[in-house]
Amino acid sequence: MSSHEISEAEEKLPEARGAESAVRPVDDPFADPGLPPHEHRKQDIDERAAKRSERTVALLFTVSMVATIAFIAAYVAIPVDRYIYVFPIGHISALNFALGVTLGIALFTIGAGAVHWARTLMSDEEIADERHPIEASPEVKSKVLEEFHTGAKESGFGRRKLARNTLFGALALVPLSGIVLLRDLGPLPGTKLRHTKWARGKRLMNYNTMQPLRPEDISVGSLTFAMPEGMSEDQHDFQTEIAKAALMLVRLQPENIKDKRELDWSHEGIVAFSKICTHVGCPINLYEQQTHHVLCPCHQSTFDLSDGGRVIFGPAGHALPQLRIRANDQGYLEAMGDFPEPVGPAYWERG
Amino acid sequence: MKKLSARRRHPLAALVVLLFALAVTGGLYAAFSPSEAKADDSSAQSLAIEEGKKLYAVGCATCHGTGGQGTSDGPSLVGVGSAAVDFQVGTGRMPAQQPGAQVPKKKKIYSDAEIEQLAAYIASLGAGPVTPTKSQYSPDGADVAKGGELFRTNCAQCHNFGGKGGALTNGKYAPALDGVSPKHLYEAMQTGPQNMPSFPDTVMPEKNKQDIIAYLDTVNSDKSKSPGGLELGGLGPVSEGLFGWIFGMGAMIVLTIWVAARTAKAKKS
Repeated sequence: MSSHEISEAEEKLPEARGAESAVRPVDDPFADPGLPPHEHRKQDIDERAAKRSERTVALLFTVSMVATIAFIAAYVAIPVDRYIYVFPIGHISALNFALGVTLGIALFTIGAGAVHWARTLMSDEEIADERHPIEASPEVKSKVLEEFHTGAKESGFGRRKLARNTLFGALALVPLSGIVLLRDLGPLPGTKLRHTKWARGKRLMNYNTMQPLRPEDISVGSLTFAMPEGMSEDQHDFQTEIAKAALMLVRLQPENIKDKRELDWSHEGIVAFSKICTHVGCPINLYEQQTHHVLCPCHQSTFDLSDGGRVIFGPAGHALPQLRIRANDQGYLEAMGDFPEPVGPAYWERG
Repeated sequence: MKKLSARRRHPLAALVVLLFALAVTGGLYAAFSPSEAKADDSSAQSLAIEEGKKLYAVGCATCHGTGGQGTSDGPSLVGVGSAAVDFQVGTGRMPAQQPGAQVPKKKKIYSDAEIEQLAAYIASLGAGPVTPTKSQYSPDGADVAKGGELFRTNCAQCHNFGGKGGALTNGKYAPALDGVSPKHLYEAMQTGPQNMPSFPDTVMPEKNKQDIIAYLDTVNSDKSKSPGGLELGGLGPVSEGLFGWIFGMGAMIVLTIWVAARTAKAKKS
């Protein structure tokens, strides 16, 4: 760095700084530099500027008042079912749009007015406030401790051991009543997590049409959802039961099925798998027909339907349960029993 | 016979013979002319197949093989039907620009007439789904509510509740369904393009497909109404809340810094 550049940089420093740095290292490097000299705002010096600021603040607050009145007017005047086209947003409810815009303006201008007021008109004199210790004086401390010890001695807490220990026992037992009340949350699940509505001889009903499915309905590359025969959406436990019994059907070329049990349990390459992910029970049916993978949308567990529903990616712990199916003598697909294992997420007594 | 032979010199005999000859000629013409028209028809069809074959040889055979039997670069087209051709070529997916996880939609390259010829050729390779007619895919009069139910059961897992699409494995994705024509929606359900499973009429009848198209027309078209506007793909409160936190609060912080950074002092330093 040349001497010319140094002198140029020093020129830009405030005048006071050079004088200070000459003195400081000598006596106290950590000396309190104090507050910089107070600089005035335009509004502090010029009364007309202050008036202008006041008018600006008042204008912002007035705009807020007008927007609030517009909000009420919009609420009263605009019918709930009117739609308008607003360029980047699209077809939007006129009422929602008007309410949002007016309330937004009303709130924003209050904030903007307050900020402008504080920055230009309220006092901005810097004030130093010294810190002080927050502990009590030694006299107060010793008096409080002395009173505590006297109280403890008078209560006999240390001497009457029987009373003290039974108090501990009572306090320890009281929370148990709350724990017992948790039993009211419902009956124990029993074995209902292990069974679904599928049973031997139940036909597979198409979820779209509620008609029984035939093998020839299902082509290679298609995806079909099925429910057990005898279920309908107006049954009171429909949602509980379909959450376990939901089934997806795909057809593979039999020579593409790698798992022997899967092939045995299929019908002419039609395989039926539970639709419930074995991780946390999300409905899993993002089926890729070329790779035969299904993907769970929740945590990306991926199962290979051509290999016994094996987990090939993600957090799921075990393969998707397969339902054994066949065609009955009338040519309809039917289940040959329930799922061999509980469907859905793992739980501690699974199996 | 004798009776007829005896009257052969009757003055009206010539007239009878003439009438008879005319009737036979006319009858023969009537019998043959429709079959000629039929022959014309099938020749128009075979012409389209011929033209389609030429287009195929130039544009498609590199990947799909000279007879549509498929190669390591492209699947067999035997039995995919004209509907698959109309979808893939009509949405510009085919011819593919480059190999990859998924062939994206782009500007279509062939004219409608050429697509029809290609479809005729592919359909001639093996029976498959036929390009739907307007009465099949038109959503007029379909049940929108039922369509929503069917969409949520069959489609929403990949394409999302509002048809805004979503990610799949290894770079594959379910495309957004904004602005897809009813015909192409119908064909996609029928044929199952790329990794999408198909929903043939045997498991999802024509009526159900129309309901789904009507639902998409209601929630996911240029004219669909959104009460709140800017719905961020209808992905739900979590995504909207995250957007609010990151971008809404981010904007507020930036605004605060901007306000504080501008000094109110008379002498700017």
